Amino acid sequence: MHLILFIVFAGFCLAGAINLLLQSHPINSALSLIVVMVSLAVLYLLLGAEFLAVAQVIVYAGAIMVLFTFVIMLLNASREERTLGSRAALRVGFPAVVAILAIIATVILHTQGLGVARLSDGITSTEELSAVLFTKLLLPFEVTSVLILIAILGAVAMAGHEEQGTGNRDQGSEKVSERTGEK
Amino acid sequence: MNEFLSQEVPLSWYLLLSAVLFSLGVVGFLIKRNLITIFMSIELMLNGVNLSFVTFAQQWHTVKGQIFVFFVMMVAAAEAAVGLAIIIAVFRARATLAVDRIDRMKL
Repeated sequence: MHLILFIVFAGFCLAGAINLLLQSHPINSALSLIVVMVSLAVLYLLLGAEFLAVAQVIVYAGAIMVLFTFVIMLLNASREERTLGSRAALRVGFPAVVAILAIIATVILHTQGLGVARLSDGITSTEELSAVLFTKLLLPFEVTSVLILIAILGAVAMAGHEEQGTGNRDQGSEKVSERTGEK
Repeated sequence: MNEFLSQEVPLSWYLLLSAVLFSLGVVGFLIKRNLITIFMSIELMLNGVNLSFVTFAQQWHTVKGQIFVFFVMMVAAAEAAVGLAIIIAVFRARATLAVDRIDRMKL
């Protein structure tokens, strides 16, 4: 059962990730990223992390990806133009990716003593998690809430209307038309 | 059927899956030409790393790895909010999302 679930959802995961790369429209990429995240939630559940599985669905697939799709629709993002990327990416980037993947895979496959995951392993309950989180790690937890508050303020300041900045914006659009005119 | 039900999966498979997801994220970061899709590739990399955290938490029967993933998720949420706000600001100034045309530091 575990094996079947793993193969099915790992397959969904990889298919979604590859589809993300192949699609040229951002909204299709966002939807395939949601598939990746939901199947990762199932894999977390198989590994006994029930709280993280739920948080993955709520936070990632729910909140973050809704934000992404919202922005894509707000900006009316169209199909991307295909370019092959920079020469540096082609010559250094892809060999580096392959090398890193090969190294990691060799290390993982040669590591002794890695266990196995079974369905009968039992799950880490949310209670256990919160006991550590709210005693030993209370300060980091509270600091993260400050971080999120700052992020909200930053997002509002960045994306909000700038009344006095209209002159700037005209300049910006002028530049854009100049640049598109060049092409 | 019974032994099939109790079948187990080596944890190295999970680690390999996380490595592959991370690499696909890097490849996406390199080949995509849309600002939002590049941002999504970064989220894919974060998810790949999260999977290996959870796998190691299972390996050593500790909750520390899961707590780390929890913090990564919170930071990723903050990062997504700020990052998308920056993307909106860039789009306002440049009216494009193609990274090839956003090549100046000045807005």
